[in-house]
Amino acid sequence: MDQPSHALLEFVNVRKAFASTVTEDSAVDVAVDGVSCGIAAGSFVALVGASGSGKSTLLKTVNRLGDPDSGQVLLAGDNVQDAAPAMLRRRIGYVFQGVGLFPHMNVADNIGIGPRLSGTRASDGRIAELLELVELDGSYAGRMPHELSGGQRQRIGVARALAGNPQLLLMDEPFGALDPLTRDGLGKRVRALHGQLNLTTMMVTHDMAEALLLADRILVMEKGRIVADETPRSLLKGAGGPIAQAMVAVPREQAAALAQMAQLDGPA
Amino acid sequence: MNDILVNLASLGDKLAAHVLLAAAALGLGIIIALPLAVWANRSPAVSRVALGFSSLVQTIPALALLALFFPVLLSLRAVFGEGLPTLGFLPALLALTLYALLPILRNTVTAQEQMDAGVLEAADAVGMTRWQKLQLVEAPLAAPYIMAGIRTAAVWTIGAATLSTTIGQTSLGDPIFAGLQTQNWALVLAGCIASAGLALVTDALLGAIERGFQMRRRWLVWAGITLALAGILAAAFAQRATDDNAIVIGAKPFSEQYVLARLIGQRLQDAGYAVEYRDGLGSAVVHEAVTSGEIDIAVDYTGTLWTNQLKRSDNPGRDAMYEQLVRWEADTTGTLVLGRLGFENAYAFAMKKDRARQLGIETMDDLAREARRLTIGGDVEFFRRPEWLAVEDAYGLKFGRQRTFTSTFMYDALKGGEADVISAYTSDGRVAADGLLVLEDPRGALPSYDALVLISPQAAKDSELLAALKPLIGAISVEAMRQANYAVDRLDDKRSPAQAARELARTIDAP
Ligand SMILES: Nc1ncnc2c1ncn2[C@@H]1O[C@H](COP(=O)(O)OP(=O)(O)O)[C@@H](O)[C@H]1O
Ligand SMILES: [Mg+2]
Repeated sequence: MDQPSHALLEFVNVRKAFASTVTEDSAVDVAVDGVSCGIAAGSFVALVGASGSGKSTLLKTVNRLGDPDSGQVLLAGDNVQDAAPAMLRRRIGYVFQGVGLFPHMNVADNIGIGPRLSGTRASDGRIAELLELVELDGSYAGRMPHELSGGQRQRIGVARALAGNPQLLLMDEPFGALDPLTRDGLGKRVRALHGQLNLTTMMVTHDMAEALLLADRILVMEKGRIVADETPRSLLKGAGGPIAQAMVAVPREQAAALAQMAQLDGPA
Repeated sequence: MNDILVNLASLGDKLAAHVLLAAAALGLGIIIALPLAVWANRSPAVSRVALGFSSLVQTIPALALLALFFPVLLSLRAVFGEGLPTLGFLPALLALTLYALLPILRNTVTAQEQMDAGVLEAADAVGMTRWQKLQLVEAPLAAPYIMAGIRTAAVWTIGAATLSTTIGQTSLGDPIFAGLQTQNWALVLAGCIASAGLALVTDALLGAIERGFQMRRRWLVWAGITLALAGILAAAFAQRATDDNAIVIGAKPFSEQYVLARLIGQRLQDAGYAVEYRDGLGSAVVHEAVTSGEIDIAVDYTGTLWTNQLKRSDNPGRDAMYEQLVRWEADTTGTLVLGRLGFENAYAFAMKKDRARQLGIETMDDLAREARRLTIGGDVEFFRRPEWLAVEDAYGLKFGRQRTFTSTFMYDALKGGEADVISAYTSDGRVAADGLLVLEDPRGALPSYDALVLISPQAAKDSELLAALKPLIGAISVEAMRQANYAVDRLDDKRSPAQAARELARTIDAP
């Protein structure tokens, strides 16, 4: 599934290893083991895999939070390593599980940090607009992070990532710490924003159900390699190989079990 | 109570000097510790070395740390030239700065270690440069912790600064040291109250700034900073008033030295000079201070210079020793020995008169005969001094028991029978007051300790100054000196060193 011609983002034989902390004998831990793939502009790609399979490491090579040992990452045709990290990151939205709101800044200042770094200032109207994108009203602008719930905090995290009008949105288990209801609502909201703002989105998750419901392309990682690259539809039809299918089996069996329970009890 | 208030009111210049010293040390400590902590945070090796070094510094007693800078600066004169001050503000500043480093460094490093990894990742991810990250995220989040470290450092520094008196820096330690020596408790308390009060006020101000950072109340931060700066400025203004051309008279930390320094100072003031006193200079420091011109005038003793400066252990006799000393000073240090004051403050063995009569002791030879049955009391350094070894040798002294007391309590021990014989000082007022018998030294084992006036090479060029002091030479009898010392030392009807000096001056002018 090579789409190099209209890929916004392209990984070319990306490899990264960490000095192993587990074994002493100078062994290395290959986190990403020669990944090549293109991400088309406008697509919503989910990167799924077991914990430790290298998803975060791969994602961070894009905004240079961790450079690869070898290989290249091309953004709109240019090697990201040719750009200064700070400049590159201001063009890329990044949302992660820890959120990382600046605790000493209020919501408006958190959201406006990107423009401020570039020497401009987000107007009150712009802040209100960004808050509205994540379904919060303007009164939140003056609050401090510690006054917000986990879900509200991550909404601010998303608004902050969108403040610089990025083309590309990277998300690393963005909803991992949220309760299921909040998680579902925010997931749908992000998917809507993806379409509304013409984003290209790459989302890391270990939850196959979430990936199936939100993404239009799913990459499955295992031990640093991409072992499946399918649409949700084809995955549900049984494509992608045993590792991918084992992951799909979990939500499928859960759904079946739930449906069965509903049938047995009859309508309430 | 009233005494304490009067003393407090007279501490203005000491307080100003104290504030400036502590503020400068704290400021320098901050300037060094903050970048060092940022560096330490990026490099574990730097962190280990910096924290290890500053912890080590903390284990050195402040008094020793201050004293150590004297030889260090002295050796640095080879690099920076003779103008480098070895006493006073500079060594005090350096020692206190080292002392201030640890709490600031440790708190800043800890603040950075404790910082939420997610927040730091976000700072990178939104596109902050290293500098922006430091300025916009790390510094504001670390500020309350750093302030807490600065607060601790400030309190330590203000406390330790009282010890800078011993290396010739004016501070609130001056009244404490002088008061301790002369048992003037009102003076000691005044010094303690002033320095504790300063520490408390500073702590409250810095605490307000810390809270301002914590609660993100800018006005509180600025109010605190403004008040602190105003205090420092006021101190600087008060300091400017002191005279740079003043003649500086040094004194070791005991009553006789305080009285003689006042005696000299009062004569100079009468001759139109401005005078400053550096009281409580360590005994080892005084000679170097006068030869290097840190101070202009000091009183020292022949025997002390003979052993400590000339490193001699022989005893050529009183006059020969003095003449050799005068020549040695002129040849090697350029310091002028103006002359001998006329009395000796020697080590001597003293007993209660009735006890001596009972045992039939009049001389050291008699003492040696009875020594095995007796207890000797000495001051804290006596049994390690060459004089003691010389006496032990000359008379074959073997005491039954040997005990150490501070000089004040030595006399009480003799009175109370805890010692039979003590290493007294011949000019001490308590020798006469307690009716003690000073044993004769027929073999001349104890060197002489003629009090003499040292004048720094620069001050020695001032003939008017020399003329003003000439009348003191040979004018002070040991009886007069004892009386003056006793007036300061006794508990009832106590005189200040300045009062005692004036009374002593009267016996000189009207012999
Ligand atoms: N900063 C790091 N230092 C050392 N090893 C790391 C680091 N980051 C990740 N790794 C290792 O790389 C591998 C992949 O990690 P990661 O990309 O975080 O996996 P995932 O996001 O899929 O859970 C793991 O074995 C992990 O231990
Ligand atoms: Mg991960």
